[in-house]
Amino acid sequence: MKDQLVLRVVAKCMIPPILVFGGYIITHGELGPGGGFQGGVVLASAFIIYALIYGRDALHRAFPRQLWIVLGALGVLFYIGVGMVGMLSGGQFLDYHALAPDHGEHGEPLGMSLVEYGVGVTVCAVMVMIFDMICETADDVDDSQVAK
Amino acid sequence: MSDQLLIDLVLLTLIPILAVAAIEVRNLFAAIMLVGIYSLMMALEWNTLHAGDVAITEAAVGAGVSTVLFIGALVHVGRHEKRPRRRVDGRGLLLVIVTGGFLVYGTLDMPAFGDPKAPVHTYRVVEMRQQQVGKIGEDPASLAAKRADPTDLKDDFDGHVPNQVTAVLATYRSFDTMIEVTVILIAGISVTLLLRKQRRPELRP
Repeated sequence: MKDQLVLRVVAKCMIPPILVFGGYIITHGELGPGGGFQGGVVLASAFIIYALIYGRDALHRAFPRQLWIVLGALGVLFYIGVGMVGMLSGGQFLDYHALAPDHGEHGEPLGMSLVEYGVGVTVCAVMVMIFDMICETADDVDDSQVAK
Repeated sequence: MSDQLLIDLVLLTLIPILAVAAIEVRNLFAAIMLVGIYSLMMALEWNTLHAGDVAITEAAVGAGVSTVLFIGALVHVGRHEKRPRRRVDGRGLLLVIVTGGFLVYGTLDMPAFGDPKAPVHTYRVVEMRQQQVGKIGEDPASLAAKRADPTDLKDDFDGHVPNQVTAVLATYRSFDTMIEVTVILIAGISVTLLLRKQRRPELRP
């Protein structure tokens, strides 16, 4: 759809607000409706729109395919890491009070936010991965890698 | 007739019609579009029920991403569904009716929608309000004063973070959420392994 002028212009106008909105939903998960999962899907939809309008090759040039699987794993590791901080500080696994040693109560919302960031990164990466795989067609097979 | 009732009537009329239409229509592209509209209507319905988190999820996943994924799958399977043979299976119909009857019978014991005397309000919430999990820092004295003051409705969950859904998901059930995220990652890896077209040479016959 690269030759569609209207789509290209609209996509260019829409993608930055979608990214900001997705980030807003993730970072304000404990204050309003939303959270890591919802925000991650909104973020992923921005990348999916980019791939739909400009082609998947353009997306691969900007963000290599290996990046998404790494990001997905990093999100899970970040979640577990937040839990481990509680353990290393002498508390229990996923004990958010340990995140703010002086004011244990402030640790709760902080821990919630951090954990939601991890969820958001993983969900965004996995959604883009699944989209990329579903839309792969036989034309994309790299013949140089296939034995004749 | 109140506005709320009018909106509910319109939505709850459209939703079953769209659902049946999505099943019945033979053109798969039309079916995907109908499922997308169905999800959008469901998102509006969740919103009228004040379930903002579910509404955002339904709009983003149901109406947004899954529509794109369905269309991507459509490229592989073709555009038209084969015409099925119309034949009613008596045993299957009986099984469905009996199971559905049991489920409806089970709902008869549930409290009425929005009943303030329902066990979830008189038992679970009271217990959760007394826990320290998921609470923003606040000294006990002001918290007690706030509880005693019935006009203070700014914070209806006693010092918990404003979004109670996140409070439950990220603190009370943080182990659950952690495993959920792991499941999402595994789903992504599985799709990649199943659908990847680039095969290593030694795997080809």
